[in-house]
Amino acid sequence: MFVLIVGCGRVGSAIARKMLAAGHEVSCLDEDPEAIALLEIGESETWEDRGGMFTVGTALEIDALIEAGIERADAFVASTDGDNTNLVIAQIAQRRFNIPKVVVRVLDPARAAWYERQGLSTVCPTQKAIEMLEAAVLEGAA
Amino acid sequence: MYIIVVGAGKVGWNLARELIGKGNEVTLIESDRVRYAVVEEELEHAVHYGDGSELWVLERAGIARADMVIAVTGDDEDNILICQVAREKYGVERVIARCNNPRNLPHFELLGIKPAVSATDLILRLIEHEVPRYGFLHLLDLPQERLEIIEIEVQEGSPAAGRQVQELGLPDGSLVISILRDGTGFVPLADSVIEAGDEVLLVLDTGLEQKIMDRFRPSVEAA
Repeated sequence: MFVLIVGCGRVGSAIARKMLAAGHEVSCLDEDPEAIALLEIGESETWEDRGGMFTVGTALEIDALIEAGIERADAFVASTDGDNTNLVIAQIAQRRFNIPKVVVRVLDPARAAWYERQGLSTVCPTQKAIEMLEAAVLEGAA
Repeated sequence: MYIIVVGAGKVGWNLARELIGKGNEVTLIESDRVRYAVVEEELEHAVHYGDGSELWVLERAGIARADMVIAVTGDDEDNILICQVAREKYGVERVIARCNNPRNLPHFELLGIKPAVSATDLILRLIEHEVPRYGFLHLLDLPQERLEIIEIEVQEGSPAAGRQVQELGLPDGSLVISILRDGTGFVPLADSVIEAGDEVLLVLDTGLEQKIMDRFRPSVEAA
């Protein structure tokens, strides 16, 4: 599987490394050229020597997305630090590039829930944290 | 009309003031605390503080009864999202989005956000009209139909001067629809001869401009 990850921060880079380790082809796009460092912490080889791709560019730039391989991506992960950016590029990936698997990180539970109902596959860390915290508080309580 | 304007930068603030002056009810939403305080001194309760892409902020502003939502923040993603949510979630009939970077216009189109207004694009077009390059004028754009109509002034030394329409070697997807000469226009035939000084109107598929200009522009050596 060819996976394109847009937004290579803590979350994006961790997914990228896992997917590469699992034998997938992985390409990351980030506006910060230094973000590649997150892919190389604790590794003896560079990200690219290990077979990963890294492109510098902003998420809305079609040229950058194409350079990062969006046209042949089987899966797309939108994990920049902006909810709105993620929601917009996920829809571009889905509608313009017809990528079969598109996953979006959305921090705001309200927007995550609504866009999920519109057919996007959203993951809301905030909602997960709320549920886990609630469960932790109630654990063992009468 | 009840209008919600998101983004109280120069565009949003002035827009809100004008719209209020024309008798509309307006709520302006601004997410920067300092900017909000400045604008609030003039517009008072018509300004709300908050992130206009948050659903509860839009709901607090009364989006359910809004006749129009105008998103003019400095961030194209935010403007797209605000308009999309306004129309599709809250059923607002009319939305207008500002497109800061004209290269993002296709994204607005893809997601059905229209009209998207790009000041940069408007100014570029004005410049094109005021200072026609090589006597080239964009008359009409039909992006949905992927057609445009352009006008070209045939200059002295143009390879087109003295040629019949059928000899121009125009690419497929383009057609000369009219020639303006000495103040009158006519629809040319295949063997009509083009003269220097003519203004030629063409209809063409989007993207063919460059190829067509190559047929009309005097070559670099000649110029």
